[in-house]
Amino acid sequence: MVAVRPRRLAWRLAEVVKVVPETPRTKSLVLEVTSWEGHKAGQHVDVRLTAEDGYQAQRSYSIASAPEDERLVLTVDRLEDGEVSPYLTDVLMKGDKLELRGPIGGYFAWEEGDGGPLFLVAGGSGVVPLMAMIRHRTAVGSDVPTRLLYSSRSYEEIIYRKEQEKLAARDGSVEVIHTLTRSRPEGWSGYHRRIDAEMLAELAWSPDENPLAFVCGPTPLVEAVGAALVDLGHDPAQVKTERFGATGG
Amino acid sequence: MDELRLDGNAAAGTLGEVFSFEVTTAEYACERCGRTDRLGGAMVYEVRELGTIVRCPSCDNALIRLAHNRGRYLVDLRGTRYLTTG
Amino acid sequence: MGEGFFSRGFRGRSRRQDTLLPPGQYLVDGFPVLSAGPTPRTSLEEWDFSVVGEIDEPKRWTWEEFQTLPSEEITTDIHCVTKWSKLGTRWEGVSVDTLLEGVETTAGYVTAFCDGDYTTNLPLEEVTGGKAWVAYAYDGAPLEPEHGGPARLLVPHLYFWKSAKWVRGLQLTSYDIPGFWESLGYHNYGDPWREQRYWGD
Repeated sequence: MVAVRPRRLAWRLAEVVKVVPETPRTKSLVLEVTSWEGHKAGQHVDVRLTAEDGYQAQRSYSIASAPEDERLVLTVDRLEDGEVSPYLTDVLMKGDKLELRGPIGGYFAWEEGDGGPLFLVAGGSGVVPLMAMIRHRTAVGSDVPTRLLYSSRSYEEIIYRKEQEKLAARDGSVEVIHTLTRSRPEGWSGYHRRIDAEMLAELAWSPDENPLAFVCGPTPLVEAVGAALVDLGHDPAQVKTERFGATGG
Repeated sequence: MDELRLDGNAAAGTLGEVFSFEVTTAEYACERCGRTDRLGGAMVYEVRELGTIVRCPSCDNALIRLAHNRGRYLVDLRGTRYLTTG
Repeated sequence: MGEGFFSRGFRGRSRRQDTLLPPGQYLVDGFPVLSAGPTPRTSLEEWDFSVVGEIDEPKRWTWEEFQTLPSEEITTDIHCVTKWSKLGTRWEGVSVDTLLEGVETTAGYVTAFCDGDYTTNLPLEEVTGGKAWVAYAYDGAPLEPEHGGPARLLVPHLYFWKSAKWVRGLQLTSYDIPGFWESLGYHNYGDPWREQRYWGD
């Protein structure tokens, strides 16, 4: 268990160790943060950029790495008209410094001791904090039954796809189900529509099994899925949501 | 449906500048409708550079209004009947 | 945190300066939407506009009645306290002078009240004399809900938070009652040309 001592959050400098392309639009930033005190899977950091004239822009990014990992990793989705994300994916490089504060948010977080089964629902880059949970699960050798339902616009835009495939192949207690909403490759036999109540009824654990659900992604998806799960009989207190808004920036 | 609406997790960093406890797990009681819940599930409107407004998911009442300008913080909690960490 | 740290190569959104702008402002291309709460969805059947408070006879108009009032086309610059400005924005609406016609009052202030919980306060003289309107069209089309439709207050000579979205009326008061942002550190008056953004400016 990570003890959370009450303390004020302070901005600090992290150094970029590596920038790793994940998909055409996303990159992972591997960061060295001195005296990082650890985090819980699901938490995020606030990142702040400062221009030479003092102008500042700030955004939140979920931590992709497990608490057990050596370095802090953020995965950033490059938004076309974003102010911060294009800088992080196009300009930032190894050796650069990045101001951040965190970890933030104990509400949308999971650790092994919280139990399961786990139902993780992601829309786009909403998969990032859920992947941190999955990576934590692997790192501690947990066998909590876990299902990830992941909505992406296209096959190429699935973040961490290979890692998920390898994990599901070797660990029978993890299932990853994809749905593609805009385009699908030839021969695709999986879901190809937005997540809806019918899909959730098919895939979610039964409320009898007392699952923990974490839903993350754009606000419209999160609200629809959250409401549908409650309609299916899930205890609202066991359905945690994190909205990224229509645009993150 | 409001796409600008986020949830308590989004305000956690800003609220964390003012409160020394973990805010998303703190429990509130809405002054207007009486709903009790954790702040992580509340509705947040981060009005960029103006302030942060946390609203009750049931009745939209402003639970917490927070601004940070000229180096000072302003916090309005009149929308909560109480706020507790435990 | 080190003073003087800046992010190598970060410029932020294009912030075009212009000598026509008040201090600290920059020009913006779109029309940013800043919202402190859910967008109200008031139907035109439900909508009304009232003038209440310290006056002998409160006034009220339904949407239909409001549409029969003389309206004006206003082309003006607007300045947000978050530093963006737009020049030459086009609106259509009813002058507040029209709405206050015949009103006898000793009140020195108004509070604009709105759907949702938003309020803003102004001296009465800042919304009279051709300085303020209740606008229901922007850029030749009905004002969209995200920009304050069906109607918003338009007081372009002050920072744009004073141009209250989803306005439903004006309350005339003897005392100045700080509104939504004014009670959170934002300047009571808000003149962009004197850069009155926050208390004490």
